[in-house]
Amino acid sequence: MCGIVGLFLKNPALRPSLGTHIKVMLVGMTDRGPDSAGIAVYHQPVGKDSCKLTVFHADPHYHWREVGGQLGEALSAEVDIDVKANHAVIKVAGPEVAARAWLKQHHPEVRIMGYGELMEVYKDMGLPVDVIARYGIESMEGSHAIGHTRMATESAVTTEHSHPFTAAADMCLVHNGSLSNHNNLRKWLRHHGHDFETDNDSEVAARYFAHRMGEGATLAEALEAGLSDLDGFYTFTMGTRDGFAVLRDGIACKPAVLAETDDWVAMASEFRSLANLPGVDHATIWEPKPAVVYSWSLQ
Amino acid sequence: MSVDPRGLRPSYSFPQNVLAEIHRAADQGLYEIRGYGAKRHLPTFDDLVFLGASVSRYPLEGYREKCGTDVTIGTRFAKKPIHLKIPITIAGMSFGALGANAKEALGRAATEMGTSTTTGDGGMTEEERRSSKTLVYQVLPSRYGMNPDDLRRADAIEVVVGQGAKPGGGGMLLGMKITERVAKMRTLPVGIDQRSACRHPDWTGPDDLTIKIQEIREVTDWEKPIYVKVGATRTRYDVALAVKAGADAVVVDGMQGGTAATQDVFIEHAGIPTLPAVRLAVEALQELDMHRKVQLIVSGGIRSGADVAKALALGADAVSIGVAAMVALGCNRPMFVEDYHALGTEPGFCHHCHTGKCPVGVTTQIPELQARLKPEQGARWLKNYLTVMTLEAQTLARACGKSHVHNLEPDDLVALTVEAAAMAKVPLAGTDWIPGQGSRY
Amino acid sequence: MITVDIDETGVRDLNERLHRLSPDTNQRAWRILNPKGAHALACGLTIPIEVVIEGHTGYYCAGMNKEATVIVNGHAGQGLAENMMSGEVRVKGNASQAAGASAHGGLLVIEGDASARCGISMKGVDIVVGGSVGHMSAFMAQAGNLVICGDAGASLGDSLYEARLYVQGSVESLGADCVEKKMTPHHIAKLERLLARAGIKTDARRFRRYGSARRLYNFHVDHADAY
Repeated sequence: MCGIVGLFLKNPALRPSLGTHIKVMLVGMTDRGPDSAGIAVYHQPVGKDSCKLTVFHADPHYHWREVGGQLGEALSAEVDIDVKANHAVIKVAGPEVAARAWLKQHHPEVRIMGYGELMEVYKDMGLPVDVIARYGIESMEGSHAIGHTRMATESAVTTEHSHPFTAAADMCLVHNGSLSNHNNLRKWLRHHGHDFETDNDSEVAARYFAHRMGEGATLAEALEAGLSDLDGFYTFTMGTRDGFAVLRDGIACKPAVLAETDDWVAMASEFRSLANLPGVDHATIWEPKPAVVYSWSLQ
Repeated sequence: MSVDPRGLRPSYSFPQNVLAEIHRAADQGLYEIRGYGAKRHLPTFDDLVFLGASVSRYPLEGYREKCGTDVTIGTRFAKKPIHLKIPITIAGMSFGALGANAKEALGRAATEMGTSTTTGDGGMTEEERRSSKTLVYQVLPSRYGMNPDDLRRADAIEVVVGQGAKPGGGGMLLGMKITERVAKMRTLPVGIDQRSACRHPDWTGPDDLTIKIQEIREVTDWEKPIYVKVGATRTRYDVALAVKAGADAVVVDGMQGGTAATQDVFIEHAGIPTLPAVRLAVEALQELDMHRKVQLIVSGGIRSGADVAKALALGADAVSIGVAAMVALGCNRPMFVEDYHALGTEPGFCHHCHTGKCPVGVTTQIPELQARLKPEQGARWLKNYLTVMTLEAQTLARACGKSHVHNLEPDDLVALTVEAAAMAKVPLAGTDWIPGQGSRY
Repeated sequence: MITVDIDETGVRDLNERLHRLSPDTNQRAWRILNPKGAHALACGLTIPIEVVIEGHTGYYCAGMNKEATVIVNGHAGQGLAENMMSGEVRVKGNASQAAGASAHGGLLVIEGDASARCGISMKGVDIVVGGSVGHMSAFMAQAGNLVICGDAGASLGDSLYEARLYVQGSVESLGADCVEKKMTPHHIAKLERLLARAGIKTDARRFRRYGSARRLYNFHVDHADAY
């Protein structure tokens, strides 16, 4: 039902070409997921006490400028809007919690795809190559990106069930597989104050990890906790402010390949998404072991 | 002092058969294993009836005013789709579960009627390939007897994700049926209790299934239709994903579907009935605009031409019979009654396929018992039964004014119970009411 | 030597050409360029030709192989040589999950590491791995030999039937009903022959042998916790 990819650039000299490489990786997963695609790109951090939101509305003529103006007034903060097709990147010189709360209250028709200091999230229906073109991903620079291609089980013309799912600032998740106890977990998370947009199992996983990290767990600790609490088959790739992490369940039937050079670390559901990365012929290539957290950080 | 029978009060929760089962479990420490499908009371096609001809709808005569029954399976990708003369196929049943004579009888009857048979766990036998003109080859999680030469000489290929009797379970064959020949075909030691995988060894999930189907197409040069078979559970998603994965046809097996051996709890407590499964499957196909382009074959408790007609009216392209075919071959016939008794059962109640001591020679490897089923006789019985089912379906279709059974539609049906109306999404007779509309489906 | 560039022809074209060769063809040596992780390369072969693939393959490379020799100068994806009946498949690099799955015969050599479920459901194939294998290798392995020159991951030989497993390095853990067995001169001789066929130079006497304890062959309630 899905293909997932992730690219983490250790060598800053490669950052200008992040978009070029993630495009090739994502398009390589088209057969696994021809119906929709989603990408999170980590780049262009906003200043201190500022935030960046990626938002979506299906109407190509949506009045973003107006909304941005109202938001700036409400928060007494400078607001900058960059519209890309049916998404917009809103930079606010103010706290993200307030910006999101205001949007939810005054413009619930707008969907918040991602938020934080540097993460931007784009997701839409269509072939991966078309989704990439729609938002100009190919020309984006940045330090890391994760992506997902989806084979949809319903014909709905919304992006609701698309990954990456965002559950905290600069944090998002893509998932290949199928959880088996997510409905109970969803109830438990709701009880602890989390709101859900979909009935998708991957959204449950994303909010679960965010919940654990909100309780004080590190990324690795949150993922470890997931091994006990999440049941089913999964390969997760999680993007965070500083890097990314990969985790497979204890049975590990869903595929995952990792490749690493001095310049980059990459993961994909199938090797062919890694086949064109620079230096892949000399990369260390391996498959992550089950129930082991693999993570890389810029720090 | 005799017991006053008026004072004997049975327990609804702990009736006699439940008490017996708990005693047996306490004695043996092993779950009950048996053959057949779900025996419990379920909503079935019996709860649907046809709206026959009226002042506004006119019937066809018999004879000259033909009612067509042919169907083509595999039009989506295959170079050589399968043409069937009747919309009733023989479901996958293994050599191992069934004896060689039974498999041959199935093949002969199917060939005469212009329809297909299907191999099962354990692979293809020479008898079946010889006797069955149109043979569907199953690719199962166990891969027992799996052979590319057989793949290439099959007429269609069925990738089995699951079956109605045990969705999520693998094949089961107990030691006494693992004879020399069966053991050789399956690469197992003689006489062991077969343990089977429930997942395929080299793919998990629809994304990998897509790639597996492509491999099978490559090996067979894109000639043969590829079916994907599922036991009915989350049928809507399963059918959509099978289509996305590249299937030419989808086979949906409801919980009434039979097995030669599995745990009773699996048979009775997992899977949904065939009645809702058909509608869910058809809706998934319609949503993807694939109805009639990816064919739907429905199985699980198909017993008569009425069931065939109703399944087709709900949108299936064809049906498949397993238990019913075995019954036609003599299963549960009142002959060799002492041998039923020796198994602890009676004709009409027997589900003891797993013992390998089938009194009528169908699900046995014991030569003396197999000899009780002569292939020619079995073929004649099955051919007659298939003929009757086809005539029955045509009778009902003609009465609804149809010149082909495929023109039957849901609007030709009404339901007699609320459950059947909700499951089949057909109005309760005399009303416009379809309960359950407005759910998230 | 016939060279085929997958970038130009695609996989389907290549496979059809290989399938159409007659048994007495003189086109016996093939070289495949630019596989780039494509799936089902050189699958369903039926005659003793040699196919060399220059690069990394996707899933099911040499799937259902009969008689042919397929060599991958790179890594191979999931299901390498699945259900192979005879012939030889060799990978210079690593193999992904389910290498040799349900294979009935022939020789599969993985010079690097194999990942999880190597030899799952194997039914007679000989698999020789120069490196290590991942978890759940030889799951429900029914027949054949699996030789591991490196280490074996968790749950080796879970639910094992009659396949024979030889491991030179460490075994993280054994699966249900898989036990260590004696290495006799007979086994050492067999192992030496397998290693020689695989072209791997190492001392057969350093290996340990594993096989089925056969306690799960007929169900008994005392073994219920193995299920």
